[in-house]
Amino acid sequence: MDNTTSPFTNESKNDSTNNRQNSMLSKSRKCQTVELSPLEKSLINLLQHGLPVCERPFAQIADEVSSTEHEVIQCLNKLRNDKVLTRFGPMFDAASLGGAFTLAALAVPEDDFDFVTEQVNSFEQIAHNYRRTHRFNMWFVIATESAEEIDAVIAAIESKTCLKVLNTPKLKEFYVGLYLPV
Amino acid sequence: MTELMAEKTRKNQTAPANKSTSLTALERQYILLTQNGLAITEKPYHAIAEQMNISVEHVLTLTNSMQERGIIRRIAAVPNHYKLGYQYNGMTVWDIDDEQAEKFGDAVGRLPFVSHCYLRPRFLPEWNYNLFAMVHGKTPAAIAKYRGQIKELLKEVLVTRNNDSSQQITTQSNDMLTSTEILKKTGLRLKR
Repeated sequence: MDNTTSPFTNESKNDSTNNRQNSMLSKSRKCQTVELSPLEKSLINLLQHGLPVCERPFAQIADEVSSTEHEVIQCLNKLRNDKVLTRFGPMFDAASLGGAFTLAALAVPEDDFDFVTEQVNSFEQIAHNYRRTHRFNMWFVIATESAEEIDAVIAAIESKTCLKVLNTPKLKEFYVGLYLPV
Repeated sequence: MTELMAEKTRKNQTAPANKSTSLTALERQYILLTQNGLAITEKPYHAIAEQMNISVEHVLTLTNSMQERGIIRRIAAVPNHYKLGYQYNGMTVWDIDDEQAEKFGDAVGRLPFVSHCYLRPRFLPEWNYNLFAMVHGKTPAAIAKYRGQIKELLKEVLVTRNNDSSQQITTQSNDMLTSTEILKKTGLRLKR
């Protein structure tokens, strides 16, 4: 559901690993949580809000967390390498870059769930896809270059799966910005 | 709960309203160079300046300009929810009075535990919810509590629909869809 990245193409090189690692959340839930040092916690909390735009942003951050520029840089690189941070840098507003997006859903019969997952995920325009607890049990984000392409993808999904797509594009955005304090 | 004590930064609150934001060639180049992340080094913008063959001042001006226009929402760290212990998320959905939707949608978006909040179209009778608000928590109880807080805020504008017994579908004024499995998750990238 996060539209804060850029549009147009899905980065596919890590897809299969990601999908494998993340499939069945419930099984892997407990073992993924990591222990964080006080400095790591401070940096995660502070930098979810934003990094100052200046020549040496990490020196400025170091002052705020009572550390040194060198230590902050080391710590952030470690957090990124350990994948505690999934992204670090400018978050682009996808829509203002000219792409088209929608959130869509399917009510998939349980027996067909794996088949439909495969069909839906086969479209490169499907960015995210989640199984959710509802009669509409499959929710996915379609990201394309144009509004017309959204319609085409929906039509193709309907024809492949023989299911009606519930298309819920955003009419108004009130807030986007994840903040997870640690 | 510490999650409740979080304060939202105001500048992220209002989204740019469908304004046309055509990109210059330099901005496009900037996006291509930074969309996979910013270098975590002493002078991260110098590396970009070198690659773009412009001054670091120019890079900083570009960055500020794109941030002011909403092309860059913020320059920030995005943590992995699960590694921080936020293992539960709920997509809360609400059937609220259209006349009041903007006002109340905005209020829900301001709640500290809401990460995304949108108005979306209904498709009656199958789908009667027009407001979506995503919540994240460390326990099922946490997200249930957040849902309760949103409900309290919206109690006067929730729509009660008559359930037609001939229909198979019963309508509620709200629901929370939790994710039980990630079926696909990719990063989106601007093409070269």
